[in-house]
Amino acid sequence: MVPVSYYIILSSVLFTLGVAGVLIRRNPLVILMSVELMLNAANLAFVTFARQYNTYSGQLFVFFVMTVAAAEVAIGLALIVAIFRTRRSIDVDQMSSLKG
Amino acid sequence: MTIDTLVFFLLALTAVAAAVGMLMSKSAIYAALFLILNFVTVAIFYLILGAPFIALSQVTVYAGAIMVLFLFVIMLLGAEVLPPAEALPWQRPSAIVLAALLFFEAGYWLIVRSPLSGALTHPPAALNDTSAVREMSAMLFNQYLLPFEVTSILLLVAMVGAIILTLREKQKKEGGA
Repeated sequence: MVPVSYYIILSSVLFTLGVAGVLIRRNPLVILMSVELMLNAANLAFVTFARQYNTYSGQLFVFFVMTVAAAEVAIGLALIVAIFRTRRSIDVDQMSSLKG
Repeated sequence: MTIDTLVFFLLALTAVAAAVGMLMSKSAIYAALFLILNFVTVAIFYLILGAPFIALSQVTVYAGAIMVLFLFVIMLLGAEVLPPAEALPWQRPSAIVLAALLFFEAGYWLIVRSPLSGALTHPPAALNDTSAVREMSAMLFNQYLLPFEVTSILLLVAMVGAIILTLREKQKKEGGA
């Protein structure tokens, strides 16, 4: 079998790519997708450790993370739709109305 | 190189390439499709790691429900490609530097400081073996009953919140109240 560290390195690579996506992209839809990618990378680490220690707690935690991710996406997309309605644009660089 | 390692590297390459494709694609629709590819690849990793229930939840919840919601909103708004605007000039290089820093930090703590020893030794359960799912559900409804109930409240709150946020305010215009 493949060593545990390979999975953990893959998980950290995916997490880093998600962080880079949040920092680079200006489209809030893609930013939300990058957040999903980060959650997914964390889930991969959870399942790997669940397998290593032969317990189901890690898998159950992934289940809860998925639920939270679904709730987060629903609220995030609703916010984006609401912002698009009022401002006719969803570019995050232009959402600077609160700037002092 | 054994077949396990070969499969791992092929899948890992697909997952990373899909994630990079998501980052680089101009259109949000392509980004969503790349993300679906990434989710399916990770689902195959879950199968290899002996978590068939999580793998199938991944496909139905993530690649199915969540990404369909994404694609629906992208097409509803018609905002798949943002108009070119002047971006902050230092944003992209500094973001890449910060992300690389984070990666080396994580690698240092995970691999160097606390070396993860050994291969995964426990044999994975067969895919048609239902005892793992039975054991998992027993754990979910005994040890993790309270978190399970809390997630149901969380989903209810998210549903009500999403409806409230996207509801057009008709009462103000009609009734004046």
